[in-house]
Amino acid sequence: MRPLTVSRLFVQCGILSAILFCVMVAALKFGAVHVSLYGLGRDLLLYILGKTTEISSDYSLILNLRLPRIFLGVLVGASLSIAGTSFQALLRNPLADPYVLGVSNGAAVGAIVALLLEPRLSLSPEIASVFTPLGGFLGAGVAITAVYFLGRREGRIDSNTLLLGGVITASLLSAIIILLLTTMPSSNVRGMAYWLMGELSAVPSRPLAWVLRVGFFVAAAVIYTTASDLNLLLSGEKEAMHLGVDVRRVRLVVYIGASALTGLAVAMSGSIGYVGLLVPHVMRMIFGSDHRILIPASAFGGAIVLVMADTLARTIAAPAELPVGAITAIAGAPLFIYLLRRKLA
Amino acid sequence: MSATRSTSSRTAMEASRAANEPRLSVEQVSYAYTPNPQQAPIFTLEATGFQAKAGEVIAILGPNASGKSTLLQIISGALQPLSGRVLLNGFVTHDLEPRTRGQRIAMVQQESQLLFPSKAWEFVMQGRHPYGKSLRFETADDVTIAKNALAQVGAEHLSDRWMDQISGGEKQRVILARALAQQPLLLLLDEPTLHLDIGAQVDLLDNLRRLAAENRYTVVIVTHELNLVGEYADQVVLMQKGKCLRVGAPASVYQRDLLEQVFQTQLTVEMGSNGRPRVNILPGA
Repeated sequence: MRPLTVSRLFVQCGILSAILFCVMVAALKFGAVHVSLYGLGRDLLLYILGKTTEISSDYSLILNLRLPRIFLGVLVGASLSIAGTSFQALLRNPLADPYVLGVSNGAAVGAIVALLLEPRLSLSPEIASVFTPLGGFLGAGVAITAVYFLGRREGRIDSNTLLLGGVITASLLSAIIILLLTTMPSSNVRGMAYWLMGELSAVPSRPLAWVLRVGFFVAAAVIYTTASDLNLLLSGEKEAMHLGVDVRRVRLVVYIGASALTGLAVAMSGSIGYVGLLVPHVMRMIFGSDHRILIPASAFGGAIVLVMADTLARTIAAPAELPVGAITAIAGAPLFIYLLRRKLA
Repeated sequence: MSATRSTSSRTAMEASRAANEPRLSVEQVSYAYTPNPQQAPIFTLEATGFQAKAGEVIAILGPNASGKSTLLQIISGALQPLSGRVLLNGFVTHDLEPRTRGQRIAMVQQESQLLFPSKAWEFVMQGRHPYGKSLRFETADDVTIAKNALAQVGAEHLSDRWMDQISGGEKQRVILARALAQQPLLLLLDEPTLHLDIGAQVDLLDNLRRLAAENRYTVVIVTHELNLVGEYADQVVLMQKGKCLRVGAPASVYQRDLLEQVFQTQLTVEMGSNGRPRVNILPGA
């Protein structure tokens, strides 16, 4: 018997954060412009100390372009993975993830509508810069609320109905996306296609980045307070209730928290699939299914995977950039099939 | 051993208060299940009542769809009765806070399905969940209590085994150990012998009888195993189609005509040398 202790939790999270740090440094180093590790370390230190004028132009470019993008990757990857872990436990379904539930398509519809409306509304530059992600966030919110009500039967949430509701909503929304895309000016279609496949190149403006950070930490913290309740929910709602879990409260808190994380992630980066589905499974194989470690481990794992995938997307066909969602899907689909067959065996 | 101490002091306090009154009092509870409020209920449980003391084993007996599990859910506080109430040491079970309820009432369900496998000790440790705040880490006390719970059902050797790799009988013991780790006053079991062979069934009932006597649990078990109930229960609540037909000691409830009518089969009832009734089914008679 070796129950999880706070010290073991910290050690495991420490190891994961060290790996994440190494991946972030590697992501800073690799790209269209080559830089040395020494120069990177020196200028990173200057950057942290605020002596930005002493940084050489090449490195300044890297720190100003790559670093915010890496941080965005960390937050989006962590958000998607925490949301996936939470939805899988909440719905007691290993296939549940933000995308199966139709959230990403909801966000896409919201973003496209915003993109179509933007030229017609004379918006100030500040609002125009956040208009598309805002549309995406609202679209995600509307989709997840619709799926929630579709999943209610006799006044309570039925996991299977909810998942099916998600699948149906997603397919309806993807039809709407195709209709909207055909009405778009062709100049916008390419950008939109990248957004639909997921990309991290559109680094959010400063206020938006703060919204993302604060939103992430609040939602993640709220979900984490239910970690041991989620462990019991894996055995079913009735059992959890008999073991002292306030099932209604936990369901509401986790549903809202995970939806907010998904909405924020999708609004910033478009549809990046497989991270929310696969990272929790891999982390569960390494750390077990105790959510007190699984939630932070998935957050680190999601961040590591997405930063790595984005580095690949930037470098594999440099100077051209591939959408990171395509990379995660190409790597994720075979891995998913492997895990599925391994489980069946 | 603060957790053990607090539980034992709580038990002592409640035991002294309840010295002269039954621990569990089911007061004429009824229930109606209606999937659509505009339609007539598709299942009703008519007013049912009985009382039980600490250390007693009560069996709710009846054929399929007689309302046994519904009655058990009402006793557990998970379902609110349409009328009547269930009192555990004077408190209405449905009104208890989820955590308090988890400290006083443990439920062993028909099947405990795991989405992702866990080790037996992790499963038993879940029984300590009602004793902490939302985000809790288990203490040394919790580990001791979980180990004792496994030992009480003779399953210490299963501690490090995966739940999906042990037999049905072993799994049932671990599930029972989790309920014991809750240190409840009331132990409820919904058809716990369903997938067990006869040896494992007897073993489980032996364990329950002993635990009820040693730990002063009140045990309520839902089953349709006539002979096991006849052998092990102190009281039987006989049910049919949502009606409570009889409450009493097995020897008084086990009457041939009554059982034949309830179970729709011909049978004989004999009194064993220990004063407990034995039922023989007469196939094709």
